[in-house]
Amino acid sequence: MRRIISVLMENEPGALSRIVGLFSQRGYNVDSLCVTTTGDPTLSRLTITTHGDDKVIEQITKQINKLVDVFKVMDLTEGEHIERELMLLKVSTPTEQIRAEVKRNVDIFRAQILDVSAKTYTIQTTGSSEKLDAFLTSMSDYTDVVEVSRTGVCGLSRGEKSLHI
Amino acid sequence: MEMMSGAEMVIRALRDLGVKYVFGYPGGAVLDIYDALFAQDDVKHILVRHEQAAAHMADGYARATGQTGTVLVTSGPGATNTITGIATAYMDSIPMVVLSGQVPSTHIGEDAFQETDMIGCSRPIVKHSFLVKRAEDIPAAIAKAYYIANSGRPGPVVIDLPKDIVQDVRQYQFPDKVSIRSYNPTEKGHGRQVRKAADVLKEAKRPVIYVGGGGLKASETGQLLALAEQLKAPVTTTLMGLGAIPGQHPQCIGMLGMHGTMEANKAMHHADCILALGARFDDRVTNNIDKFCPEANIIHIDVDPASISKTINAHIPIVGSVERVLEQLTPYLKSVNSEKQEEKLVDWWQQIESWRTRKCLNYASDVDVIKPQQVVEALYKHTKGEAYVSSDVGQHQMFAALYYPFAKPRQWINSGGLGTMGFGLPAAMGVQFAFPEAVSTVITGDASIQMNIQELSTCLQYNLPVKIICLNNRSLGMVRQWQDMIYQGRHSHSYMESMPDFVKLVEAYGHVGIKVDHPSELDAAMQQCFSLTDRLVFVDVAVDPTEHVYPMQIKNGSMADMKLSKTERT
Repeated sequence: MRRIISVLMENEPGALSRIVGLFSQRGYNVDSLCVTTTGDPTLSRLTITTHGDDKVIEQITKQINKLVDVFKVMDLTEGEHIERELMLLKVSTPTEQIRAEVKRNVDIFRAQILDVSAKTYTIQTTGSSEKLDAFLTSMSDYTDVVEVSRTGVCGLSRGEKSLHI
Repeated sequence: MEMMSGAEMVIRALRDLGVKYVFGYPGGAVLDIYDALFAQDDVKHILVRHEQAAAHMADGYARATGQTGTVLVTSGPGATNTITGIATAYMDSIPMVVLSGQVPSTHIGEDAFQETDMIGCSRPIVKHSFLVKRAEDIPAAIAKAYYIANSGRPGPVVIDLPKDIVQDVRQYQFPDKVSIRSYNPTEKGHGRQVRKAADVLKEAKRPVIYVGGGGLKASETGQLLALAEQLKAPVTTTLMGLGAIPGQHPQCIGMLGMHGTMEANKAMHHADCILALGARFDDRVTNNIDKFCPEANIIHIDVDPASISKTINAHIPIVGSVERVLEQLTPYLKSVNSEKQEEKLVDWWQQIESWRTRKCLNYASDVDVIKPQQVVEALYKHTKGEAYVSSDVGQHQMFAALYYPFAKPRQWINSGGLGTMGFGLPAAMGVQFAFPEAVSTVITGDASIQMNIQELSTCLQYNLPVKIICLNNRSLGMVRQWQDMIYQGRHSHSYMESMPDFVKLVEAYGHVGIKVDHPSELDAAMQQCFSLTDRLVFVDVAVDPTEHVYPMQIKNGSMADMKLSKTERT
């Protein structure tokens, strides 16, 4: 099952490598990883999407929690949560007809065209990973997707629940 | 506040922490630290012959005392040579601090001479690590490292010290108090869980107490024995937990697991309640986890939450240190009376006795060939069961674990988790430094001893009267045993075809060597060995190379499925 795990940890050099190393060392999967500092510059927040059965996920959260640099670990998928991902993609637009199809799709998915060249459009879209996947599939039906860059998932739990120190 | 170099700060901080010994080896990146060592007498440096041995010595010191062991090595090869030692300590949760030199911070990443990313290399096998970037951070980093190494679930910590940082002169300020905001190990168990555990223990008709290395502190406080005697429950220990209950205690049913006793493995399999104390249900204990102890209600107390329900699901998980949780458990067990318990468990003990009468550790002795078990028994006799026994890894390790009933925790020093050959001798040296008056022995094999034999030279330098008992079977015994049992006797590379003359070798190092070939010579050799109290003695005993370690669990079976000899099984 797919899970989104949020980690709050010291913003120190080497901290990220401990998390990444832990995943490879113990044979856990990383499907996406998103890391930045938080409002407090001494803290980093990591959002990891992974998959595994309940036992594996329990071990992952426990093993991450054990790292000295880690404050808190939360499995966002355990409760109501919001998740978002941003995707940039460059598509080929060789003809007027393709440009029109691409534009229509962009409108339907509420994406934005950020840059235009004679033969390409560069598009931004945000949403759940599922929506991004759907947009990508749809685009490839009409034209060649030249390049894709995705941020990976970031997320917060809904309501009062929060991850803080 | 005093001004001093980073190197002086390192030594001063060690002194302020009460560190007595540093095991190490100098080199370019740590020359400043060695210069600072030279200028004082509080912290004693022990010069080893190989950095791996420095780590094992610090480890042996830590295992015997419960205090953190300290290692000092240079950058590059000095640091990487400690890796096996660090991994050994990590697997067995041993507190250790490794100070490694590093190239100047201005050269990091340039593939400078003797540069290795020690933080990166050691990352999967350390509890934590520090790369110090400013001289003024050195005292705090060292204080934190010792705190982390020996709190919660102990483990090794690496501090990497670039050369320019240890040369920089700054003010020395040792922190009054160490606190790490993201690190707060749980010592106290959850109250309701503890109460639940007490209820289950009171109800149990076939209880077993299963103790691992995490139970040694509770053994030292006397809590473990008190609980066992109050409940009248049988106690089994892991390889790491040997000595947690005296091996000769009537309630001690011996070691469990792959080479555990029949009574221990049978009792576990038939138990209705297992109280696991600081043990981790490792694969060398459980055998096939799908067949593991089908009727047991499992109470698992461990300071490391990640060890709970990792392989075997605990019915009552309790995160906390064993000694603290047992303290919490006591009031709930007030009503439990040991005499009533004895009555209640009479059937259970009868069953255990029936397994005991099988005497699974019996072996066929021979008039002409020395059996390895017999050597361990002789060692027990000649040391009155009071020696520290460090072991290497292989058949001799299992024979030592099974045939030397340890009376006290920390008397048995071995690499359980990683299974590091070459561990024994340096570990025994660490023990001897910790307890100069004690008898520190090594049980080793002809293969293991050659993996750190250069330390005989260190023994001479520091007059360490370690006693080495080598069970020499002219082969890699445990490999050979598995090849006999599983690979139809194809002894692929399990021979040692050019064995050195150990007696001559030991003499060349300035020590005493004794060769024993015949059973009739064994007693006299042991006698001579232990009469030379101020000398290192190496007893090279030619033992039967065809002997196997039994009992042995049958692969993929339950805990209770065991071979008891080459022909019998449970």
